[in-house]
Amino acid sequence: MTTNQKTLIIEGGKAERHYWLDLWRYRELFFFLAWRDLLVRYKQTAIGVIWALIRPLLTMLIFTFVFSKLAKLPSDGVPYPILVFAALLPWQFFSNAFSEAGNSLISNSSMISKVYFPRLIIPIGSVIVSFVDFLISGLILVVIMVWYDFYPDWRIFTLPLFILIAFASAIGAGLWMAALNVKYRDFRYIIPFIVQFGLYVSPVGFSSSIVPDQWRLIYSINPMVGVIDGFRWAILGGDTLLYWPGFLLSIILVLFILITGVIYFRKTEKTFADII
Amino acid sequence: MSSIITIENLSKKYIIKHQKQERYTALRDVLGNRIKRSFGKLLAPNTNYGNPEHEEFWALDDISFDVRQGDRIGIIGRNGAGKSTLLKILSRITEPTLGKVLIKGRVASLLEVGTGFHPELTGRENIYLNGAILGMSKIEIKRNFDEIVAFAEVEKFLDTPVKRYSSGMYVRLAFSVAAHLEPEILIVDEVLAVGDAQFQKKCLGKMESSGKDGRTVIFVSHNMGTINALCNKCILMHEGKVMGYDQTSNIIAQYNGVADKHATINITSKMRNRGDGSISFETCSLFNEQRKPKTSFYIGESIRVEFTLRSKFEGEMSFWLIIFDASGVALLSSHQRDITLTKIKNGKYRLVYKPKNFGLMPGNYTITAGAFDPKLNFLEWVDKCQSFEVYSTFPNGAPFDGRWGAINQVADWKMEVLG
Repeated sequence: MTTNQKTLIIEGGKAERHYWLDLWRYRELFFFLAWRDLLVRYKQTAIGVIWALIRPLLTMLIFTFVFSKLAKLPSDGVPYPILVFAALLPWQFFSNAFSEAGNSLISNSSMISKVYFPRLIIPIGSVIVSFVDFLISGLILVVIMVWYDFYPDWRIFTLPLFILIAFASAIGAGLWMAALNVKYRDFRYIIPFIVQFGLYVSPVGFSSSIVPDQWRLIYSINPMVGVIDGFRWAILGGDTLLYWPGFLLSIILVLFILITGVIYFRKTEKTFADII
Repeated sequence: MSSIITIENLSKKYIIKHQKQERYTALRDVLGNRIKRSFGKLLAPNTNYGNPEHEEFWALDDISFDVRQGDRIGIIGRNGAGKSTLLKILSRITEPTLGKVLIKGRVASLLEVGTGFHPELTGRENIYLNGAILGMSKIEIKRNFDEIVAFAEVEKFLDTPVKRYSSGMYVRLAFSVAAHLEPEILIVDEVLAVGDAQFQKKCLGKMESSGKDGRTVIFVSHNMGTINALCNKCILMHEGKVMGYDQTSNIIAQYNGVADKHATINITSKMRNRGDGSISFETCSLFNEQRKPKTSFYIGESIRVEFTLRSKFEGEMSFWLIIFDASGVALLSSHQRDITLTKIKNGKYRLVYKPKNFGLMPGNYTITAGAFDPKLNFLEWVDKCQSFEVYSTFPNGAPFDGRWGAINQVADWKMEVLG
């Protein structure tokens, strides 16, 4: 047997060089873990896939009832259920991915302390699992749109771009949470709070056009505002307008969270096995 | 033959936290301490607020050695010697604080059997998952799939969730996946301790043959029999340092020598749980049957415990002794008062405890002992004043056969012919 392979050097603080190469090398593990989570998820709950459908559907019905029928908020000329659902899709994707990713390292702690692999695989894998749920609930939107005889225009083709932004925000925030959660265990109590709070400060049940103009830029500091507005702009088409300054601000913030998230995660990753 | 692993001045530091109830850091504690400290500085600026809760601990302390290709290296040492830390660094789970390691070739490490196994998934699914976790590619797993299943002897249960497997099947499947890794370097922690004896033998055979293929194996075990059978060279570690690196038989002899230096322990007041001080144990020593100092014994080997003690008590009293296993379960008690009470006066004494049959199974044990007055008031009580190990080997050299029970009882077995 010959050992003409490259020499691996293990040295404190010098893992950086191999890291991104390793991430590529471990891509199969990444898919296996995502596959495992999906498999387990749909095996454990008897109603499996239906669960991914029922939850957004019920939320949509309640939001429509509360915001449209009770609060009588405007719908920008589109059926209110569609207005709500176009926002619920990215929001549920974000909130699921965020909380799953945030807890992912802790729930895989035995693997982290026993096997080497780039740890980024775990939180990103759980974001992928939430993305599958997102695709499933996307089907509901299609059904509702057919029901209301409501068809999108060319802008629907820009949707992948907004999905990408939703991804970036979920991964960015998820990485922050995952890393902090390993170090300070009380962050697991903060995650549900952020998710609950976020639902109220994001324009999920209503259109962000009801926010007074002078407040809109400040409102866009919540990065999910840009993501949700983008989804509505792409799906609803027609008269829906995108508030560009706010949208750009949201995008910048999403990128900021993503980049700092990766940096912070990478910085703390080396100590995960020691403290988990 | 060239060296495949080079370790240079490797060190690993851990910070131990004292005064901590919880296992984990919580943000509220960190913030709380910080506020406390800054207020403290405001009120008394000259006080030194060093960190009394943190203490540095070098799990590995300046280790250097080379491993040649095709060597099967055993690593031995008492608990806390740094064996697991070394394996964790070699398998890149944790980073060294200082020094470096050069590795030529693909490393696969098996620090735990069945890492990542999910109880809800079937045997088939878990093979793929576990294989991927251990670093096999999908193609490799597919190629070896039938062999893995046959080795584990679980053909019939491939599509059953592993939560319905017996523990034996579970371990067999998990180990089988790992046994089919084809790396240049295989790192194995004490994982063979599980599973039945026959399967253990099969796994050892597999590992041995992989060594003969030119594969390098690094193996940690407390079982000297296994180490002796599998490894051509051994490393002895003690408190984070390499104490010896030589042929297996030499190192095992050295290990027994080092361990036996701890056969006498001075009892400190820290170990004292209760007692009014009228009787105080001073040392605790362990011996084998020939009264040679020992801290490790073969299964069923006789053990002799001796205490030196000082007494201010005058009158009748009795001694007692309890043996705990590594998980803190009290396995056996022995009370002198069942048989007799001792008359004691002011002075210095030696107490000898020699059980008739001492059949502890392989593992690590601790001794707790004390003294009663006739009304069962504690005259002395010291916790964990001495510890010892029972090897996974019988006195005749035969390896432990995985028999059940905490105690191996020697009894009279008689058969009477009735007709």
